[in-house]
Amino acid sequence: MIRSLPNSPVYKYTYRFYAICFFIFLVMPLIAISVLAFNNSDFVALPWRGFTLDWFFANTDQRTGFFADDGLIQSIFISIKTAFYVATLSTIVGTIAALLFEEEKFRFKGLLYFLALTPLVIPGVILGISILISSTMAGGYLQDHFGWDIEFLSPSFWLVVLGQFSFAATYVMRLVGARLKKFDRTLEEAALSLKATRLQSIIYVTIPFLRPAIIGAFVVAFLISFSNFNTTIFLIGSDPTLPVDLYSRIKFSSTPVLNAVSFLIVVFITVAALISLFLNRNKK
Amino acid sequence: MENKKNFNVTFYLLIIPVLLWLVILIVLPHIDLLISSFQVDSDAGGKIFSFEHYMAFFKNKIYWLTFVNTAAYAIGVTILAFIVTFPIAFYLTKVISKKYASFLVLLLLIPLWVGELVTVYGWMIILGDHGVVNQFLIYIGLIDKPLPLLYTNFSMTIGLLYMSMLFMVVPIMSTLESLDDSLIEAASDLGASKWTIFRKIIIPYSMPGITSGAIIVFMLVIGDYVAPDILGGKSSLWFTEQIYNEFLATFNWGEGAAFGFLLLFISSSIIWLTLKLSGQKLERVGS
Amino acid sequence: MNKILEIKNLTKSFKDFTAVKDVNFDVDEGGFFSILGPSGCGKTTLLRMISGFIKESQGEILIKGESMSGIPPEKRPVNIVFQNLALFPMMNVKENIAFGLKRQKINKSEIEERVADMLARVGLEGFEKKKVTELSGGQRQRVAIARSLVMKPSILLLDEPLGALDRKLREHMKIELKLLQKELGTTFIYITHDQSEALVMSDKVAVMNKGRFEQIDTPRNLYKNPKTAFVAGFVGESNRFELKSSDDGLLVTQKGWKLEKPNLDFKTEILYIRPEAFILAPSDNLININRFKVLIKTILFDGSNTKVSAIVTSSGDELLISLPQNARFEDIEEGDEVQVGINYENLKCY
Repeated sequence: MIRSLPNSPVYKYTYRFYAICFFIFLVMPLIAISVLAFNNSDFVALPWRGFTLDWFFANTDQRTGFFADDGLIQSIFISIKTAFYVATLSTIVGTIAALLFEEEKFRFKGLLYFLALTPLVIPGVILGISILISSTMAGGYLQDHFGWDIEFLSPSFWLVVLGQFSFAATYVMRLVGARLKKFDRTLEEAALSLKATRLQSIIYVTIPFLRPAIIGAFVVAFLISFSNFNTTIFLIGSDPTLPVDLYSRIKFSSTPVLNAVSFLIVVFITVAALISLFLNRNKK
Repeated sequence: MENKKNFNVTFYLLIIPVLLWLVILIVLPHIDLLISSFQVDSDAGGKIFSFEHYMAFFKNKIYWLTFVNTAAYAIGVTILAFIVTFPIAFYLTKVISKKYASFLVLLLLIPLWVGELVTVYGWMIILGDHGVVNQFLIYIGLIDKPLPLLYTNFSMTIGLLYMSMLFMVVPIMSTLESLDDSLIEAASDLGASKWTIFRKIIIPYSMPGITSGAIIVFMLVIGDYVAPDILGGKSSLWFTEQIYNEFLATFNWGEGAAFGFLLLFISSSIIWLTLKLSGQKLERVGS
Repeated sequence: MNKILEIKNLTKSFKDFTAVKDVNFDVDEGGFFSILGPSGCGKTTLLRMISGFIKESQGEILIKGESMSGIPPEKRPVNIVFQNLALFPMMNVKENIAFGLKRQKINKSEIEERVADMLARVGLEGFEKKKVTELSGGQRQRVAIARSLVMKPSILLLDEPLGALDRKLREHMKIELKLLQKELGTTFIYITHDQSEALVMSDKVAVMNKGRFEQIDTPRNLYKNPKTAFVAGFVGESNRFELKSSDDGLLVTQKGWKLEKPNLDFKTEILYIRPEAFILAPSDNLININRFKVLIKTILFDGSNTKVSAIVTSSGDELLISLPQNARFEDIEEGDEVQVGINYENLKCY
């Protein structure tokens, strides 16, 4: 059953077999994508027709490799830009929210905290259509009554940022809040007794304590934004983010260049994950 | 915080951004969603109050059939995700040594960060007629024509399970980590069989993790679009697809808003019911 | 007395070290047997082998004359009280105690009866429906013991169950445990690193060090006649001296303090003297005694356990000396010079 209990070999090996099957199931799509990124075939399919790097570097009439595909490069660039703004904004507001809910006492705190948690259980599609409807209504109102044409209230880059921020901030709040729960309140009290103002004690004592969690939350928010589709699709303007671009290509025109870009994402994430594992080990 | 009667600058610095976030991006949009679900264009060019969109839903069999189908499917996938991943969560926290576990947990999280689009694409490659599974089965001579795996409810279920199951593993693992091994030893010492230990000790102990995992999985599945749309067949009835069509194809926003509100209503009700039945708070979900 | 447990040549080796080395002992039925040793000495490993959670590398465990090899923990007639108690947090007091009985498919009315009886014995009547998280430390302790005892084990194994309690409660639970054991007549095997727990409660104590048993004896003998230097140092307080020489029955410490120990028939390097073995101002007619003068440095007042720290005038060796419990030396003061005696037999050499 557990490490410290004796087990029959049958039990042990059946269990191990199941775990192996599970992890094969887990990595299978990633392996399949990666392998076919190097298949010398015009279709995303077996059989194997030999090794090629065409889907990364080619730029001919028949084949456009990833690095020659301006559309993909452009959408990656937009995704990175979006993710950067979303991560920055949600890290700031999420951290502020964590401080507010952990440290302050005020009326309607319970209600506000509940609202801040709701994005955890609201499907992304609902957030997408609600913000779309709301911004369109606001845009229409301002146009009709004041004659203002506010660009970011119609589907556009900034509306995507706002939409993704609306739930990414919740995740930041949770991650930072969890660390804040471990914070020794007497440190802040010590700062106050040394005549720091409340704000100074937050800036010089609390925030430095929270730094690892804040950095971690920034990365999480970045990745959440980078891979989001459900909310983004409703708010997108003329420039697609990578997931939206991938979606339309998968639906309508898939070539192994999709494998190439997916392979690069898998490699990037894996390397990042290994680095974080390595850093965490060293800390211990 | 006793001197709150004074004008407390710090407090306002903290609460104003949070209020802006919650009111403008959470509360108002959902109110607008509700309002527009009850609005139709009047002949005079304005908007009037109407139940028309909701009537359309209830009159049209295909709509509410899809709705019920989606909710039932989401519950089914949630249960499936629990069955598939619970042994793994237990394996990683209690069976193998910490050294291997931290590596495998990392492996577990990679598909999560890679994103749904990429992994769904992977399954499309694997399950297609020229995919890995079919080609392999033909190669070893088990079949001579590809099996219809892709664009079926089977492939859709695989896709939904794959993208959501990790959200089940993580919270269960975090509760199991706090389960002291001596509880299991004590039960064994008192004569309990493995099955009894599982039923009476391990499951009740990890219930908070199971609940919070189940809620997230359910919410992700019921609101998912990518896996049903790419992996599901033409006949797969998926409610979010209806919403996408209303907004992005037929531009019938009013009806789309009504559908959206119905989806929000059913998912919130089931989540609320789960929380009530398990006596858990929303705060714990997703942690 | 019947032997309820026999341990023969028991050894447990892990990958890189041997936790238990060739241990032999018997436990009498109805006895209170303690295994005392510092942390890491292998006592927990030994206990886990008896309970069946770990398989022995070599040797044999017999309970009531039957070999336990290959018998899983749930089939052995022993139960454990865990160090952290391991009460099931999702069950109330009654469910915790009834857990093991339910596994044996005993009928409901008997379970009710035995649980109620057990609760009465540990003084927890009326606590049936309490959550275990609502109990005090001492109450949790009793639930854990009741949960095991209700199984009517041949042997109850206790893994330092008093460790988590505060000092006052621990003192109290020591007495309570001993009385409970006497009343029930169940064999207890108790492991601990706390010598006072072992000495107070046990009929017999085994002192364990680095995987081996150093001595198995009654608490009194263990204290009076430690067989090895480790036991002398670990059990009770002692003054310890390293010796420069021990020729012809004359012990000389590193600093040059000379003590007579006639009839010493082996070469020795280490000397232990209990603080209470010293006689202050011994009368002139005592024989077989070393006499010397000490200078009182400080008085360590602790009620009936008051000691003085003193320096041997001739050599500068430091000593800890117990004051007798009568009031005779109450007016002793720092800086006093006092005549002290020590009997030959109280010089313990190893």
